[in-house]
Amino acid sequence: MIIGAFQDGDTGAFTMGNIEALTSSAAIDTLRKSILLSATTALLGGVLGAVLAYLIVSLGPRSIVRRTTLSIAGVLAQFGGVTLAFAWISLLGFSGLLTEVLRSGPGIDIYGAGWLYGLKGLIVVYTYFQVPLMVIVFTPALEGLRPQLKEAAVNLGATNLQYWRMVGIPLLTPAFLGSVLLLFANAFAAYATAAVLVSQGNPIVPLLIRSALTSEVLLGQQNLGFALALEMIVVVAIVMALYALLLRRTSKWLR
Amino acid sequence: MKAGGGFRIVRAVLLGLFALYFFLPLISMANFSVQGKGPLKGTITFHYYAELVRNEDLRSAIISSLLLAVLTVVLMVVLLVPTMIWVRLRTPGLSRLVEFLCLLPLTVPPLVIVVGISNVYTWVNYLLGDSPQVLAFAYVVLVLPYSYRSIDSALSAIDVATLAEAARSLGANWLTVITRIVLPNIVSGVLGAAFITIALVLGEYVFASLLHYDTMPVALAAIYKSETSTAIAGGFASIVVISLLLLGLSFFNRNQAPDVGGQKE
Repeated sequence: MIIGAFQDGDTGAFTMGNIEALTSSAAIDTLRKSILLSATTALLGGVLGAVLAYLIVSLGPRSIVRRTTLSIAGVLAQFGGVTLAFAWISLLGFSGLLTEVLRSGPGIDIYGAGWLYGLKGLIVVYTYFQVPLMVIVFTPALEGLRPQLKEAAVNLGATNLQYWRMVGIPLLTPAFLGSVLLLFANAFAAYATAAVLVSQGNPIVPLLIRSALTSEVLLGQQNLGFALALEMIVVVAIVMALYALLLRRTSKWLR
Repeated sequence: MKAGGGFRIVRAVLLGLFALYFFLPLISMANFSVQGKGPLKGTITFHYYAELVRNEDLRSAIISSLLLAVLTVVLMVVLLVPTMIWVRLRTPGLSRLVEFLCLLPLTVPPLVIVVGISNVYTWVNYLLGDSPQVLAFAYVVLVLPYSYRSIDSALSAIDVATLAEAARSLGANWLTVITRIVLPNIVSGVLGAAFITIALVLGEYVFASLLHYDTMPVALAAIYKSETSTAIAGGFASIVVISLLLLGLSFFNRNQAPDVGGQKE
């Protein structure tokens, strides 16, 4: 595939043409939107997921609600793809449940001009599987926050707020950032949901790869697909390298 | 962490809001799939679930997805279980490498893997025909990270070396050791691996759609514009099955590690 990224589709000769095509304004714009989507959903999912994880952990280790929620989070984090798109279409699509209720009740048109099928819709839908993933990866970090630290802080006269501001949050920051990076890679790589939801245009990189691979108009586009896939690998590799670095810092203080 | 009264109320409200956010799309999906449309308007009906079986294309797609799931599970168990037992017993030095190889598919986006193997699959089609079942080879790779984790934790819970030595000294050959001594001891781990494999295969869309095979998710995505209710009914049915499998999985994992509730020393 990497070789294919540097080959000409018709002749097989080596070329930089495919890589150069990545710098075209359309390709750059797609990459920008893809990163925007991944970053937004990673931050949203990260913050909401961290709050949910804290709520779950505060229930105490023997709580049934906590166990159930963690199991459900495990299921929901896997719940991407075609059916997730269907679920949101049935909620917010043109004849979706919430759309109809709001239309007939207070007369609010939540459907708008079909925003669900564009970038904004993708942000809402992606957040749905980002939050449970955050819960799964962040809960161990919260559990690793030793109660002794809090006791020590309180003994030294710290208030609850002071404890969180000066001990808890600084300790959890690397774990939080690491989890957010993981979420970023997760959203960046997601394809199926977007493929079903978005049928017009190619707002994000995975969809651009689809059109390059399945294009019937232009032959030789496959090698552009290879180049785009290479671009995705590079982005994911950078994110994962940062993640590994952060993980090393985190493991020093937690457990 | 101690919880004061005010915090308790805030927590309950927030947990409720989260639950609402997560269950509303599912509820609306269930609602959508039983609401009659067109001539059936205004009635509650299971017509669209029946349609899943009545529609020829959908039925064959669902059957091939189920076959594919079974095939992938068989392939995964046959490949992974003997390899992992062998590595544990005879070449422990290789275990890091095997672990790395098994976790590799997690870091490469599936879409990229598809782009990479699309050329391979022209040959696979040429050699083995173009039934969707050939996807099992790709899916085995895809489920490796999850099934590896599950089987590995089951293997670490038992003393494989002692069991194998005892069996060997009583005259068992390696096949007997693997199938009749070790396998029965790690059956919960293998079942867990099988569950997550089935769940992943039933929902997999990226490989199937880009390599042009008609599995269930692909068929559902293809008809959702024209027969939305049927597609959503199919989607909801598959969610129910997959969720049950994954919840079953977390049940198995809990049996393996009773302190999963987070009791830390």
